[in-house]
Amino acid sequence: MELLDPTSEISPVRRARKAPPDRIAGLTVGLLDISKPRGNVFLDRIEQRLGEKGVAVKRYRKPTFTRPAPNDLAQKIASEVDLVIEGLAD
Amino acid sequence: MSERILGVNASIAASAATGVTDGFVLVAKRDCQTCDLVQPVVRELAAGPRTVAVYSQDDPTFPEGVAGVRDDRALEVSFRLAIETVPTLIRLEGGREVERVVGWQRDEWRALTGVNSLGEGLPAWRPGCGSKSVEPGIVDELEIKYGDVAFQSRRIEIDPHEDEIEAMYSRGWSDGLPLVPPTRLRVHRMLKGTARKPSDVLGLLPPDLQPITVEKVAVNAVMAGCAPEYMPVVIAAVEAVLLEPFNMHGVLATTMFCTPIVIVNGPVARSIGMNARGNALGQGNRANATIGRAVQLCVRNVGGGRPQGVDRSTLGTPGKYTFCFAEDEEHSFWEPMSVERGFAAGVSTVTVFAGDAVHGIVDQQSRTPESLARTFALSLRSVNHWKLAQGADAILVVCPEHERTFRAAGWTKARLRQELDGLLQLPAEEVVRGAGGIAEGVPAAALGDRKTIPKFRKDGLLIVRAGGEAGMFSAVIAGWGASGAIGSTPVTHPIKD
Repeated sequence: MELLDPTSEISPVRRARKAPPDRIAGLTVGLLDISKPRGNVFLDRIEQRLGEKGVAVKRYRKPTFTRPAPNDLAQKIASEVDLVIEGLAD
Repeated sequence: MSERILGVNASIAASAATGVTDGFVLVAKRDCQTCDLVQPVVRELAAGPRTVAVYSQDDPTFPEGVAGVRDDRALEVSFRLAIETVPTLIRLEGGREVERVVGWQRDEWRALTGVNSLGEGLPAWRPGCGSKSVEPGIVDELEIKYGDVAFQSRRIEIDPHEDEIEAMYSRGWSDGLPLVPPTRLRVHRMLKGTARKPSDVLGLLPPDLQPITVEKVAVNAVMAGCAPEYMPVVIAAVEAVLLEPFNMHGVLATTMFCTPIVIVNGPVARSIGMNARGNALGQGNRANATIGRAVQLCVRNVGGGRPQGVDRSTLGTPGKYTFCFAEDEEHSFWEPMSVERGFAAGVSTVTVFAGDAVHGIVDQQSRTPESLARTFALSLRSVNHWKLAQGADAILVVCPEHERTFRAAGWTKARLRQELDGLLQLPAEEVVRGAGGIAEGVPAAALGDRKTIPKFRKDGLLIVRAGGEAGMFSAVIAGWGASGAIGSTPVTHPIKD
């Protein structure tokens, strides 16, 4: 379907990605395990590296990689951390 | 159909669409008794020496016994030839259309083809049938598909797997309720509701001060759910809020409650089916609901005015979704608000008012105009604050059972207004800051040595009649606390085609 833009068109059609932070020191990083095999191995290593830099980490796990994260999990992550690293594939 | 939409000079359209430079073009459909009647004539012509391009709108095996019937079920050729009736027979010479006959007219067909024996034995005349290309709704689709309909607005592709309603939400276009997707076809139909050019700029819409064109109004009117015949009202309302005295920027940006309220007067209200009677200020009428919403969506999407953005309202009001109604002129003995405000009777207008929510006035006992006016005055005194004056305008919406009391006593709107002006002279000692143990109130300096102060500024009280026939329930709609020259002044603006 094709729609006509109802706005004044002063912003681009494709929404810009959120700018990444300049640095992660002082931020809280969420590590999301989507329940793919060995995702935990990858994320354990990331957690270790971040810990060495003094970055606070919180771990999350989706019930299954086959479905989007449940709303309560997505909302919990959004309210608790500044950015998220997700292990997407095995 | 205009050449703008056809996109090609009409006299060469037939040749361009059919590839025939010299000969005949015939357009027909099986579902037409006259086309059926002329089948032998078409067979005779097709067997002759001249080129005959036969197009069928509904069945390429019709007319029967004619080789090479061209399939025009997509109606592209019918559209490009501006066929309104079938059968239509066109003669081309040197790539130009020189003549066409509509329906079956034996003498005309013979003259056009030069075949003097054509249609022997058939009746002399039979009217044709409507072309499928001009059936309701189809013509708009064909104009979009094959015509030269241009839009200034950029196109936004929605992925086939994406829900278009959700896509509009995610782009921030919605007021919170679902929107009608503004496809090119719907916007094209919406633009047919006005005589204005799509590219006409109505002004610069706050807060971003972006140009708002008739086309952008149409896109937002589609999303709001408007019917095309509402377009002149929506355009007039947008023009009205753009006028300097209304101060759309301030109305949007204020921390107070207000929003543009649209009141329609004149014959247009009835012709588009607006509700001025039972539940006039409530839900359930498409025109009331969607005209008000379209204005709001224009401010949101073209002006860029959004809550938590430039819209700083502390609480807002439900009227920020939509607030639009018509005055009940038909059943009223009072003159319409538009006439009071300087327009001739019979002229359709919009009045935009920066107002808040509806506050009911219950009076089931008053049977004299004096008693009822006192009730109204008491209720009007509550606007903004019982101890504030001159800050906010107000609309008094008088219901039919209350108007009846004034009618019986011969009180015009002007007489009622005069009475209210007298009753709304607030005692200075009651309203001065600190009086009654309430810090809020009129500053002593503003009162000076006056003993009273008028509740409303001059021209700050609007009176309209609306509502169902049963119920002694009128209403106050409070205006913005910064009404008049310092803030917003109500604007009445004519509605044009």
